[in-house]
Amino acid sequence: MARRSRLAVWKFASCDGCQLSLLDCEDELLAVADALDIANFREASSAVVDGPYDLSLVEGSITTPEDAARIREVRAQSRTLVTIGACATAGGIQALRNFGSVEEFQRVVYARPDFIATLATSTAIRDHVPVDFELRGCPISKAQLLEVVSAFLTKRAPNVPTESVCVECKRRGNVCVVVARGTPCLGPVTQTGCGALCPAYHRGCYGCFGPMDSPNTDSLIRNMGYLKVPPEEIRRVFRTYNAGAPAFRAAGDSVGGG
Amino acid sequence: MAVPSIGDRLLLDRRDFPTFLASLHSAGYRIVGPTVRDGAIVYGDIAAETDLPIGWTERQNAGTYRLERRGDEALFGYVVGPHSWKKYLFPSHERLWTAARDGDSFTVTPEPTPERPLAFLGVRACELAALRITDKVFMGGIPDPSYSARRHKILRVAVQCGQAGGTCFCVSMGTGPGVTSDYDLSLTEILSEGRHEFLVAVGTELGASVLASVPTRRATAEDDQVAAAIVSRTAASMGRSMDPTGLRDLLLSQPNHPRWDQVAKRCLSCTNCTMACPTCFCHTTEEVPSLDAEKTERWRRWDSCFNLEFTKLHTTPVRASSSSRYRQWLTHKLGSWHDQFGSSGCVGCGRCITWCPVAIDITEEVAALRVPPASPPAEGGPR
Repeated sequence: MARRSRLAVWKFASCDGCQLSLLDCEDELLAVADALDIANFREASSAVVDGPYDLSLVEGSITTPEDAARIREVRAQSRTLVTIGACATAGGIQALRNFGSVEEFQRVVYARPDFIATLATSTAIRDHVPVDFELRGCPISKAQLLEVVSAFLTKRAPNVPTESVCVECKRRGNVCVVVARGTPCLGPVTQTGCGALCPAYHRGCYGCFGPMDSPNTDSLIRNMGYLKVPPEEIRRVFRTYNAGAPAFRAAGDSVGGG
Repeated sequence: MAVPSIGDRLLLDRRDFPTFLASLHSAGYRIVGPTVRDGAIVYGDIAAETDLPIGWTERQNAGTYRLERRGDEALFGYVVGPHSWKKYLFPSHERLWTAARDGDSFTVTPEPTPERPLAFLGVRACELAALRITDKVFMGGIPDPSYSARRHKILRVAVQCGQAGGTCFCVSMGTGPGVTSDYDLSLTEILSEGRHEFLVAVGTELGASVLASVPTRRATAEDDQVAAAIVSRTAASMGRSMDPTGLRDLLLSQPNHPRWDQVAKRCLSCTNCTMACPTCFCHTTEEVPSLDAEKTERWRRWDSCFNLEFTKLHTTPVRASSSSRYRQWLTHKLGSWHDQFGSSGCVGCGRCITWCPVAIDITEEVAALRVPPASPPAEGGPR
């Protein structure tokens, strides 16, 4: 039998939630462990097998000079590199620093700012090294993660749709919160993957999976104006977990105020 | 009690409506129909008459829908909501078959066809027209096994509309509001001066059979006039209109109209119009293999011509711009649909107008397309 593929899971600036999605697989975890040799996954085991690795899952964003160097080492040891989650694919919530002054934050927050070695920005992994596939979400979807692993094992493209949240929202039979309640919702410009969770509970979409493949944020912003959402709030809805994603960044920047 | 037969026109008292529902249940039907959920009247299971939207109506306009209380206790005093019956015949996610390795070969197990027959309660004239269209789509050539298995088991209890919604234009499309064919039973709710009854027209033997144990009496010519007046009043109060004259030729002759780019500035490509449309049938199929590759499932799910990925051939979308995708939708719906299925794909229900988050109105777009472009369009079309 051929050698089993070696899996590594890496952490950069992140909350660990996306790595946990792998452990959360529970029912499928044994099948994953059967199919792959889990060689380096510190969240799960301190037994680490040295690289190179066939599949690396990378969580987190690049926020320090050390991490900017470390991701290059990870890339060099990885045949296939998949980034997982909003931090790794868009810089995460910590990319809000990109809109402010890190020096000023350091002065306000830390007694000894000179102890802090950090970059002025939080950036996606693809800004530093080539990435083979980006799996979106804050956190990622367990089902989509299994799909990516399964696609890797059978050497096919992962089936991860890039369409809007609305598609899944309608398939699920949800009543549109924009139309029936006048609730602002990022669903029409956000990539599907969450199962339209928030609209199912009468909340607008928060954009956790980042921009869909052809987001018309200008039209959505105009419509939020009709819904009487103040400009500074429109700006804020685009500046959350995927604030650093180019389409959401541009959308937030395009709104006046705040 | 009258013994019903095809062509009969009977009166069913509101107080006997539970008996009617009980009769459908005892005939083995799972009743699905209008119910209030999440701020709208949607289609769901009707276990008892209290599940119906008694005393509720809605206000609809482009991009807005609000539930409202009526001043009476009407059972069918609303128009159409975000759901359509297609979800029961062509489910939004559906496993078609499962395949498993079997030594050097494999076995395919088709998905068992469902379940109890469905009674559709409260089907509007435009929705019967939509059913005729999806029947043609899914059963016109080689019948789709899943659609046809479900379709052959339904009972259609139609309702003639007692009011028009703000985005309704069935009169323009010639599909309503009167119910004239393709029903098992057709109800008209008569609610006036202390009177609350249903005029029931019997369309088929099946319809007659479920009425057999329900108390009814013969309707008079006067009752027929009352029902006809309700339908005429509805027809006269359509919220929208769309001139259907020469629509096919208009759409097919306007690939470079500047309106496509204008509407694309508003269009979100979110797919809500196509998902809400009772005749949009586009879908994709996908394989869901197990991690050990010993088993795979084939699923079908609703897809949309507005999705970039839907237009991907090999690695490139053939309709990369949203103007080209909007144009594809409208040109197919109102134009080439005639060539493909022998009718328009639009039944005038207004769902695409109401459920568009940015209030794009198909009737307004068609009116704009009727105006010839001011100057010759640039070469290359709207990209």
